[in-house]
Amino acid sequence: MTKQVPQSEIRIEGLTGDAAIAHALKQCDIDVLSAYPITPQTIIVEDFQKFAADGEVKTRVIPVESEHSALSACVGASALGARVATASASAGLALMWEILYCAASMRQPIVLAVANRALSAPINIHNDWSDTYGARDSGFIQLYCQSCQEAYDTTIMAFKIAEDHRVLLPVMVCIDGFILSHNVERVEMLPDKAVQDFVGVRVPYQVLDPDNPITMGPLCLTDYYFEFKEQQDRAMKAVPEVYKAVEAEFKEMTGRSYGVVEKYMTDDADIIVFTHSTPAGTAKAVVNAMREKGEKVGLLRLKMFRPFPAEQVREAVKKAKAVAVFEKCMSFGAPSNPLALELRTALYDLEKKPMVTDFVIGLGGRDVPPTTIVDGIEKTKKYLQERSAPMYETLGVRK
Amino acid sequence: MAVSLKDMLKKESILSSGHRLCAGCAAPTVVKLMGMALRGPTVVCEATGCLEVATTIYPFTAWKIPWIHVAFENAAAVASGVYEAFQAMKAKGRTKYEHLDVVAIGGDGATFDIGFGALSGALERGHDFVYMVYDNGAYQNTGIQRSGATLTGQETTTSWAGKVEPGKLQRKKPISEIVAAHKIPYVATVTPYHYRDFVTKFRKALEVEGPAFIHAFSPCPRGWRSETGKTMELARLAVETGVHPLYEIINGEEYVMSAPSKSLKELKPLDDFMKPQGQFKHLYRPEWESFRLKIQEQITADWELLKKKCGV
Repeated sequence: MTKQVPQSEIRIEGLTGDAAIAHALKQCDIDVLSAYPITPQTIIVEDFQKFAADGEVKTRVIPVESEHSALSACVGASALGARVATASASAGLALMWEILYCAASMRQPIVLAVANRALSAPINIHNDWSDTYGARDSGFIQLYCQSCQEAYDTTIMAFKIAEDHRVLLPVMVCIDGFILSHNVERVEMLPDKAVQDFVGVRVPYQVLDPDNPITMGPLCLTDYYFEFKEQQDRAMKAVPEVYKAVEAEFKEMTGRSYGVVEKYMTDDADIIVFTHSTPAGTAKAVVNAMREKGEKVGLLRLKMFRPFPAEQVREAVKKAKAVAVFEKCMSFGAPSNPLALELRTALYDLEKKPMVTDFVIGLGGRDVPPTTIVDGIEKTKKYLQERSAPMYETLGVRK
Repeated sequence: MAVSLKDMLKKESILSSGHRLCAGCAAPTVVKLMGMALRGPTVVCEATGCLEVATTIYPFTAWKIPWIHVAFENAAAVASGVYEAFQAMKAKGRTKYEHLDVVAIGGDGATFDIGFGALSGALERGHDFVYMVYDNGAYQNTGIQRSGATLTGQETTTSWAGKVEPGKLQRKKPISEIVAAHKIPYVATVTPYHYRDFVTKFRKALEVEGPAFIHAFSPCPRGWRSETGKTMELARLAVETGVHPLYEIINGEEYVMSAPSKSLKELKPLDDFMKPQGQFKHLYRPEWESFRLKIQEQITADWELLKKKCGV
């Protein structure tokens, strides 16, 4: 039974989001880390290599020649039954693309930390969500974090969710590049033993075992391929239940939990801001300020983008007059953008639907000050009066 | 330790019958010879290719040892992961095995071309594994397209013999020497015809510490438009004409000519190798005669250079 860790055993440190993840990986006693450095993920790999160089981890680190090989080595290592992690961002994640699908479909519970970053061209090292949103259909679970503490906590929980036999799917733990990856925050760190007891040792379901040889990753044609995908989908559907159980246990140990969505003053809100990661922190400040002025606004912060918690989202926003989506990604040529598309689908069956407005913000690391959120809320108010809103628009960009 | 003929014959095949490789394909023979050399326990990491698709059509498999395929260009990277995972789990007491041999297999496309980066990376990092390429000189699985292993003058569906071009114009990538330039402990060329040489070399590759590379010549009747019964003869002719000489490279420096090549008094004419194959038929048209002679000159020059390197 998981017990609460006494305050006296908790170490408080100032850590960047990357460093927090590196520490979590260290405490989870991973067997193999295979990674290629890319800004703004690099600190994770650097810090972990330092742990290895100092003999602080019993992990075999594979400093591969590309992200494609990073994830390929992870799949091989995981197939042998090892606990495995890697990290990437942007172009690196794009180079992994092919293997993302293999990792998920081969049901390997790999944890992939991503410091979200824009994709080329033009080349840009700063934050938006184009990289992981593009990978939303790869079969990875996607969890987005708002703080360095959450990055640390989520990484630890990710192994337990991924390795659960009802799931056996890889997980992306996402933090906003630079905004979290390079920003030092207060992080409460658990004692090593508490983390190890919590995550345990990986119990693989099927492995490459010479005494019981199996063939993994075969050719599968029209007669069976579809069944593989059906099973993968079923595994995804099992995620929320497992996530809930893992988080409940984590809460017993730490007092902290996040939920698949976080409701912030949504119950009586007329307008609900819907976003995730660091813009959600900014939006909270905006909600506080506007509430002081008597405006009924709230925030729904999404933590889990895959699988998308449609039911919880629908329940949380159904009484509002409008939902204002703020997202750092564009789906070129689509009717709106990924987060709003998901939301609109989730709401479609409601008889009385809130209006949905969609604001693309912060591409390529463009600053998202509170005024950008206010701007979107004000526009939403206007559209409510006009009873009509554009499918999406951009905020904070020169027109 | 060399493998005795008796041990070779007693060894159970690692590949069952019932695979779906073409009649006359050398790949299953190459794999079975590899199986005779194995010490075990072994894990095989395979790239996408003929061998992969034909031996593992779900829900069937021809493999009797643990086998994994992930993608086309990453067999070496997957093998890196398997090897390191085993080391980590051994250190933590989470495996029952004292030792695990890791073998990666790719066709020439997966090795010479798309997977070359992953291969080079794995060799540089020095994981203790054996990489074997079965080289049939083209992308035979997806039709018959040229690869970096395609011979000069060879006709494929992406290096057509047409009115102005006589098949592939470029040279074949000297993969064994490029691999050896990584200064890995062991590189060897083999053919399925010279089976004892094959098994001996594969065992040596397993026994050295660090990466080893086996370049296996693998005739393909479908792509080469050769008779299915001529596969082993073509494998032998490749050695005797200098298309695929047999040698070893130790630590990237020391070249050793293997007996079947060393005992050749002189090379047989390249025509002996090319004429039984439809893919070189066009070279016997009068307009390509000088081109054909140039290929012969190149092969002869390469052979002389190799002999010099081997001190023969």
